[in-house]
Amino acid sequence: MADVRLDGVTKRFRDVEAVAALALDIPDGELVVLLGPTGAGKTTTLRLVAGLERPDAGRVIIGGEDVTAEPPAVRDVAFVFQQYSLYPHLTVFDNLAFPLRSPARRMSDDEVRKRVRDVAALLHIEGKLGNKATRLSGGEMQRVAIGRALVRAPSIYLMDEPLSSLDAKLRSELRLELKRIQVELGATILYVTHDQIEAMTMASRIGVLSEGRLVQIGTPREVYERPQNLYVAMHLGTPAINLIPADLLPAPGAPAGTRTIGARTEQLRIAPPNGAADRGLLKWVEHLGDQNHLHLEIKGHNLTTLADPHSPWKAGDAVSVELVDPLYFDATGARVERGEAVR
Amino acid sequence: MAQIRVENLRKQFGNFTAVKGSSFTIEDGSFFVMLGPSGCGKTTTLRMIAGLELPSEGRILLDGEDVTFLRASRRDIAFVFQMFALYPHLNVRRNIAYPLRCQGVPRAEIKQRIEETARLLQIEHLLDRGVSGLSGGDRQRVALGRAIVRRPKAFLMDEPLGALDSEFRRVMCGELRQLHERISATTVYVTHDQLEAMAMADQIAVMNHGVVEQIATPQQIYDAPASMFVADFIGSPPMSFLQFDGAVRQGEHRVRIGEAVVEVPTLREEGIQGALALGARPEHVLLASDGALRGRVLGAEYLGTTQIVTLQTQHGQVKARLASTKSVSLGDNVGIGFRTERLALFDAASGRALNVGARHG
Repeated sequence: MADVRLDGVTKRFRDVEAVAALALDIPDGELVVLLGPTGAGKTTTLRLVAGLERPDAGRVIIGGEDVTAEPPAVRDVAFVFQQYSLYPHLTVFDNLAFPLRSPARRMSDDEVRKRVRDVAALLHIEGKLGNKATRLSGGEMQRVAIGRALVRAPSIYLMDEPLSSLDAKLRSELRLELKRIQVELGATILYVTHDQIEAMTMASRIGVLSEGRLVQIGTPREVYERPQNLYVAMHLGTPAINLIPADLLPAPGAPAGTRTIGARTEQLRIAPPNGAADRGLLKWVEHLGDQNHLHLEIKGHNLTTLADPHSPWKAGDAVSVELVDPLYFDATGARVERGEAVR
Repeated sequence: MAQIRVENLRKQFGNFTAVKGSSFTIEDGSFFVMLGPSGCGKTTTLRMIAGLELPSEGRILLDGEDVTFLRASRRDIAFVFQMFALYPHLNVRRNIAYPLRCQGVPRAEIKQRIEETARLLQIEHLLDRGVSGLSGGDRQRVALGRAIVRRPKAFLMDEPLGALDSEFRRVMCGELRQLHERISATTVYVTHDQLEAMAMADQIAVMNHGVVEQIATPQQIYDAPASMFVADFIGSPPMSFLQFDGAVRQGEHRVRIGEAVVEVPTLREEGIQGALALGARPEHVLLASDGALRGRVLGAEYLGTTQIVTLQTQHGQVKARLASTKSVSLGDNVGIGFRTERLALFDAASGRALNVGARHG
């Protein structure tokens, strides 16, 4: 494993700047998740690290060495794609062993067997080693695909939405397993997804990308609790953060220059109506089981908040709404701290 | 609008029994969701209610009238499919008008009913547009409009949101439920997505292998699942189970799981001995330093205000929803506690929930 650094990397496709002066440090042993919508430059960044794309400017540094001009083969990276492409005619064992049997490696059969066994144990597929790859469930196939990357000990694992073709249940299982394996191996991983739950639950640090630019990078807690701007706030948290004009609800703590208030569900408190201006209508009570989401409308704005599932709220109720320590954003969309003057 | 009653409904396809003798009543004006994995018989049941399949046995009553063998077109029920089929060469107005023209409704009334429908769905501004340029959501609204405009006795919907991405599905769930509040039409809705079912239903019927395992409100199903299958199908993450061999007597309120004694709600039925399972929802699991039951931290997943911590015990994995301010490290050995009154007990052999404690709802 090794540190990986992107130093002012830019990649253009004709007129489109897919990645723009991207600076990113991935320290040894970290799992860095790049989060962003389609077209944000996530996959291009992975391909730049792998050497599948050549940057127009900037440097790619792996383990202290400038590899910008090096071809993929000598960069010592392992790539896991969204669509698991296994060799259908080979067994699970042979699929896993394949990268180790490359003539360039000259690994002994005993060593290959040992590595494959170790990785299979890590992924809980020891019992399937003799199976044909086609006779596996979707989850098992994706495990084998991940395993094929893990048998090698590259400088960095590059993973492009490896879980997105799986169903929700399997995804949450593999999320946990992948994180466990990463911690056990101390692996360095650059992981790309548009799924904010994956980013929040797995990342050592999340880099939020927008149009090829890194908007913010930090621990999941930092980006969730202290988003740099509206864009980051909107892309983390389910349900999405409520964004309302500064004057919609009383906000005594709002710093000067606040244009928009961002309130996550837990930052809104509702009560029976008190006749004041902060009065809303409860439109829909969405049951989640452990809690309810209450969908409110206040002066034409839709808000979502939380309530205990056994509270008596029902659609059609009038409610009053109070902000509890929300986030404040100025006219440019940047977040402003309470008590911090706007420049 | 109408009440729908299904009596001992069975459907056999060759040797395969798709639906095994279901009976239930869907009250007039209720939003009824049939939920289950693929192959559980939910769509077959819906198709029998619609008249698209004939039952092998049993009866279907629409407002008390036996319609079991009545042709689909005579049942006055509107079916909304997963793939919204619109006529691409007609504009929105004509697409919605189509079912009324077929019925020979007078022109003035058609006009009035289209406008009323468009208002309900908030698509008045689209009426004169072609359907090919519409977004997925608007197409779905037009498809709904074509069902609503008929003013049928009931709506049947087969995964109508299945083809949409998850974010948009949530929005449409809200719209469908709010539409239901406005027109209060009896609706039977089929899905495999527990979030959709929880979000919209008045009543949920959870199906598995052709059998209805439980019919209740979303909250009752969540709080008091009738079986391990239901408990595992509902909730994200779902209920965790601790499997153990043991015994519990009527009136007793503790079980022995390996070395640990765990307080549970009082058993309100005959005692049982053998393979049992203790069920706990993530928000009812706590870390308790003096907890007799021990587990090793396998993972901690940050979700903002809360985190899901996965604990490996000798009796299975347990997931706990904890405040994200609580710090846990992978590999830690921790004591596990529970909100006793919210626990469930199951006969692990049959999967049936034991009748325990006094519950909410």
